[in-house]
Amino acid sequence: MPKVTIDDITIEVPAGTTILEAARQIGVNVPPAMCYYSKLKGSGGKCRVCLVKVTKGSDRDPRPMPKLVASCRTAVMDGMEVRNVTSPEVIEARRGVVEFLLVNHPLDCPICDQAGECHLQDLSYDHGLSKSRYEFERRTFERIDIGDKIQLHMNRCILCYRCTQVAEQLTPERVHGVLYRGEVSEISTFIEQAVDNEMSGNMIDVCPVGALTDKTFRFKSRVWFTKPMYAHRDCPTCSGKVTLWYQGAEVLRVTSRKDKWGESEGFICNTCRFDKKQTIDWTIEGPADVDRHSVISQNHYELPYELPVNQKKLSN
Amino acid sequence: MGRKLLLEHIDKPDINTMEGYIRHGGYRSLEKALKTMTPDAVTEEVKKSGLRGRGGAGFPTGMKWSFLDKSTDKPRYLLCNADESEPGTFKDRLLMEKIPHLLIEGMIVSSYALGCRTSYIYIRGEYMFILRILEKAIAEAYAKGFLGNNILGTGYSLDLHVHPGAGAYICGEETALIESLEGKRGNPRIKPPFPAIAGLYNCPTIVNNVESIAAVVPIVNDGGEEYAKIGIGKSTGTKLISASGNINKPGVYEIEMGISVEEFIYSDEYCGGIPNGLDIKACVPGGSSVPILPKQLLFKQSDGSPRLMTYESLSEGGFATGSMLGSGGFIVFDEKACIVRNTWNFARFYHHESCGQCSPCREGTGWMERVLHNIEYGHGKMEDIDLLWDIQRKIEGNTICPLGDAAAWPVAAAIRHFRHEFEYHVKYPHRVFDADHVYQPEMKMQTV
Ligand SMILES: Cc1cc2nc3c(=O)[nH]c(=O)nc-3n(C[C@H](O)[C@H](O)[C@H](O)COP(=O)(O)O)c2cc1C
Ligand code: SF4
Ligand code: SF4
Ligand code: FES
Repeated sequence: MPKVTIDDITIEVPAGTTILEAARQIGVNVPPAMCYYSKLKGSGGKCRVCLVKVTKGSDRDPRPMPKLVASCRTAVMDGMEVRNVTSPEVIEARRGVVEFLLVNHPLDCPICDQAGECHLQDLSYDHGLSKSRYEFERRTFERIDIGDKIQLHMNRCILCYRCTQVAEQLTPERVHGVLYRGEVSEISTFIEQAVDNEMSGNMIDVCPVGALTDKTFRFKSRVWFTKPMYAHRDCPTCSGKVTLWYQGAEVLRVTSRKDKWGESEGFICNTCRFDKKQTIDWTIEGPADVDRHSVISQNHYELPYELPVNQKKLSN
Repeated sequence: MGRKLLLEHIDKPDINTMEGYIRHGGYRSLEKALKTMTPDAVTEEVKKSGLRGRGGAGFPTGMKWSFLDKSTDKPRYLLCNADESEPGTFKDRLLMEKIPHLLIEGMIVSSYALGCRTSYIYIRGEYMFILRILEKAIAEAYAKGFLGNNILGTGYSLDLHVHPGAGAYICGEETALIESLEGKRGNPRIKPPFPAIAGLYNCPTIVNNVESIAAVVPIVNDGGEEYAKIGIGKSTGTKLISASGNINKPGVYEIEMGISVEEFIYSDEYCGGIPNGLDIKACVPGGSSVPILPKQLLFKQSDGSPRLMTYESLSEGGFATGSMLGSGGFIVFDEKACIVRNTWNFARFYHHESCGQCSPCREGTGWMERVLHNIEYGHGKMEDIDLLWDIQRKIEGNTICPLGDAAAWPVAAAIRHFRHEFEYHVKYPHRVFDADHVYQPEMKMQTV
């Protein structure tokens, strides 16, 4: 098995593993990823935030790679040496990419449902400038409803292509997603026709920003005022393993479970997502795993509903 | 007079027909290759010739061919890149329009060398009239038994198709071309894998420029060594140069590699000098993507020796003092030309043509264009020049395909060599504007 060294930490991984996946196995100093999604085939390579420097190609060919490479799409070689956070060049380039991602972004976090669980927000806190150098009008689009449950807010889209990959890989019809080219590319209305599909709601979960949001949850609450609980049900279509987002005793929304990297652990169907919003539909497993540093984890260990008085006493 | 290997018979009125082409020595390489040479022997001649890709990157063609994965029994494809959309480049057009059979002959011989059964010419959509010319020529070749089953009774069969693009520069990038040919959105692929391993329909594929494929014909006719005698160092053979801008005789010229830049611009055989008695200010020697060279670097290399029309000499000294031969789009600017305006014009092109897949190119090209537009139209600030430098630096090298670099280099070179013109625009916006982008005398004095 090839051995790769990332920021001076060496790990052995199966052949064909990407640098990013190897870094995730190490678990520290992991390059960020906005377009790569391990569960979607062909994803990655586009956003360029995961760029790293390969200072040694491999034991067999030790030459460094001439350019920074996308760690999500570059396979490790035996003896490869990679610099991520220890390379000023990488940090500089990543800052540049974050700035590019933000030049046309509306920065409307105060009214965006994604705020608090938005990867672009996290990324800008880590790498962004505190002010914008872009002085021109930002590109804008009309908001469109793609079906009755999902809203597309193209202004916020970073064109990661993940939602089109969901449409292609999880739904039976071939649906393509991007219209036009360059700066004016947009996620296309073809998706609008695909929303009937039982798996279409997963587009919301894979979208790293607030471009695709759940209309049944729209403007109901900031995510950090809701409490995530793991729950499951016997679902004929999907795994039925979900996160319920409670406010008081009310389920405001249902999403798939997210792993440490913000990726869905298993895609869920639209019935589970949009139609099962009662506690009695579900078997509650307990509080969801949320990163300690996430804003969502505040009040995390409180129970989502008032326990009957006698039980409260017992648990004291 | 330099030797002409491709355009020798271009003035013959019937050279576009099968009979005319054959009368002037056409299709000899076809017989020679298919009847007397093995496919590997053809590749060997191409290697010996030292031919380098004429599409821009200058990668040795023979070496590229040897990378073709022959270990699988999947079909192999040869794709001819006739998407020619680089501003300043129009040589492939002339070749296909006037001597279509030269490309077809080259395609058959090259396909034979690579073991392809089906090959495609991918032509830019704006060249629809040339597509018709090529289709007519292909029909003639089928009728003559040069294409189709069992060509000339040798047992080798080949089908050749022409496929039009839909007006995107990016479809000239080889993997975007492949995607487009497959009927998909023309987004460049992330490499590796390279087309020679997994290209069209995931099969081993070679993509070559029109001129590269046409050059295979004289190489097979006369032998690779004969071809390599022309030129200097690793720049062998002849090259088509599309000359435009402020010169007396714009047009396509076939040059022997190694003539000097000065000769090319001033001799009557080629550009014929600068009109209106003006001096030259700068030149973009290889199409809009390559760095612009100011006069003082154009004729002399940094070591003082004359700069030549070769891959090596034009790129001598890296981007600090050199540029690139690129696709041979040679654009000349006289002393009155406005570098800022020209840079803005190029930036506008790349902004329009970015496929939008990766963030630095999608967002950066538009940003650069807007800043340049501001400077050109008198709304610029001094900080904008440094901002532009910073944007281009953050695009370059960080994108999926070289279009990002191609957008960044012209901006970088213009600032590197003509910073004073940008500053002049910021300082005296009204003067630049009033004079219709023609410089005032004090401007000229500032020119280093
Ligand atoms: C944005 C972009 C546009 C390109 N356009 C063309 C083109 O119009 N014609 C061409 O022959 N090569 C073009 N190329 C180069 C091709 O990718 C490829 O290198 C070339 O076709 C290989 O042929 P060659 O080895 O014969 O030069 C382009 C490359 C890029 C990055
Ligand atoms: S809508 Fe979201 S998932 Fe789709 S491309 Fe845009 S950012 Fe990515
Ligand atoms: S560099 Fe530009 S043209 Fe090339 S893949 Fe990226 S966005 Fe597309
Ligand atoms: S995550 Fe690697 S390029 Fe987007």
